[in-house]
Amino acid sequence: MSSIQRKLFTEKVIRNICRRWQLYVFLLFPIVYILIFAYWPMFGVQIAFRDFNPALGIFHSPWVGLKYFKKFFHSYQCARVIRNTLIISLYSLVARFPIPIILAICIHVLRNEKLKKATQMIVYIPHFISVVVLVGMINQFFNPHVGLYGNIYKMIFKENAADLFAKPTSFLHMFVWSGIWQNMGWDSIIYIAALYSVSLELHEAAQIDGASRLQRVFAIDLPSIMPTIIILLILNVGQIMNLGFEKIYLMQNDINLRLSEVISTYVYKVGISPNGGNYSYATAIGLFNSVVNFILIVIVNKIANRCGETSLW
Amino acid sequence: MVGGIRLKKKRTIVDTKGDAVFYTVVNILIIVILIIILWPLIFIVSSSFSSKEAVLAGRVILWPVDFSLEGYEAVFKTNDVLIGYRNTILYTLFGTALNVALTLAAAYPLSRKDLPGQKFFMFLFTFTMIFNGGMIPTYIVVSKLGILNTPLAMILPGALSVYNMIITRTFLQNSIPKDLYEAASIDGCTDSTYFWKVILPLSSPVIAVITLYYAVGHWNSFFNAFLYITKSELYPLQLVLRNILIANQMDSAMITDLDTMTSKQGLADLLKYSLIVVSSLPVLMMYPFVQKHFVKGVMIGSIKG
Repeated sequence: MSSIQRKLFTEKVIRNICRRWQLYVFLLFPIVYILIFAYWPMFGVQIAFRDFNPALGIFHSPWVGLKYFKKFFHSYQCARVIRNTLIISLYSLVARFPIPIILAICIHVLRNEKLKKATQMIVYIPHFISVVVLVGMINQFFNPHVGLYGNIYKMIFKENAADLFAKPTSFLHMFVWSGIWQNMGWDSIIYIAALYSVSLELHEAAQIDGASRLQRVFAIDLPSIMPTIIILLILNVGQIMNLGFEKIYLMQNDINLRLSEVISTYVYKVGISPNGGNYSYATAIGLFNSVVNFILIVIVNKIANRCGETSLW
Repeated sequence: MVGGIRLKKKRTIVDTKGDAVFYTVVNILIIVILIIILWPLIFIVSSSFSSKEAVLAGRVILWPVDFSLEGYEAVFKTNDVLIGYRNTILYTLFGTALNVALTLAAAYPLSRKDLPGQKFFMFLFTFTMIFNGGMIPTYIVVSKLGILNTPLAMILPGALSVYNMIITRTFLQNSIPKDLYEAASIDGCTDSTYFWKVILPLSSPVIAVITLYYAVGHWNSFFNAFLYITKSELYPLQLVLRNILIANQMDSAMITDLDTMTSKQGLADLLKYSLIVVSSLPVLMMYPFVQKHFVKGVMIGSIKG
């Protein structure tokens, strides 16, 4: 490009920007917002490499290099929280993933329109229950004396039920299956939508050839939603180290802590909780987790890109 | 004659034996799923309307036993719950208004292909979805801004969900015809006028969707309050709920007039059931009317721009 061309090009760019100034005014507040609440914390992550001192602030606390990362990798908590995070995520993924698909196909197969509508309406309801209420419900339900589980047990066996909360492993099952109860309906929406887009002609042709409804499920319905299934599976795998804080923290107690301490709850305890206060250490653990998540998501998105046209960005 | 009548009666294709079995199995499966979903919900509501003796004795299975409103009386006597209710309503109203405004302000320019730097700005937003500073640095920023223990801490962090912004942007790109913009700009319409006169009226479906998402999010949110609020007069409902339902911190005032230990325990359990109903009611009551909007959101979200 000659200098004149370059000059013309810059002028054109500037002219375009000026012409669109109103759009930048719209963007101003959202940009300021993410700079403060997303990018400022991102720069704040450097306290993982410093000895954070509130009086000195993020940018003036002394550097300590990888001290806190080493501390974490050498602590006995490290293997434990990573293992717990992975066990809970993988159990959730394996148990949770197929159920919405089965549910969506069942709903799709239903011929009674009223039952279909009612089912869809009802299975979405639990999604709107808050985490706090859900955990409260679990506690009430499995209460051996006043809960539904205890009451039914008493009715059938005429004796008091065992206290499930006394067994640490029951935390795992309650966590995963309450999640399934809450979200199977919501997660099925996307599959139901995909099933609706399957062309009716395929079904008619198969019917004429004498295929049963069950055969059509395996020959038509499932293959046509397979791309959706694969993409969602891949994206879910990308989230296995990203376990939410709220529900697990609320379900924790002294008995199940051995199995329920995961990275996010440990970060909270080391950092913000009243007995914590070690901000740098907590940030280092959190940063390690974020980096692993980031790498997983990028890899997974590459794979998803290759598998289909859908991708995250 | 006989054949003719039969033909009239059975216009539809009769199921083969295999199909009939399959449909029956599916119907049974659906009914089992519905029972699994509904039983716990009905149990909660029924327990909340039972007497404390029935709850304590574990006699409630499906329907209310010894109908009573004691639980609700206790809930509405509890000051914390009322304050929490009021706070949550305020946070939801103001928070959602800010959420929707910010989301539209970001989605509109980013939906325009002719915005110089559109790709860069889009990246600025989407990057925050896959990488973030994490709990501690965000906490430090919030405390640096001086909004710890103020209502702003409930509204500002998380004021813009990039996911909802992308849903809105996808809608604006796919559902509003490009010709409209060309016609309007030939008539001398500015970008801002175009937003107020064309985009805003035409995007009411997506505005409904994100408003509902944000509102439910505020109503159910626990995390921000848990981290940033320690003053009990600013507690939102979910934090009050957590203290009563999970941490078992009962305000002694609500169960003072009971003499025996057992009736105290009974009322404590009854109160939990009533509290669950009272706190979830607003969301669940509006749910049947707005269900289709929520579902629409998932559909728009699945076609990523």
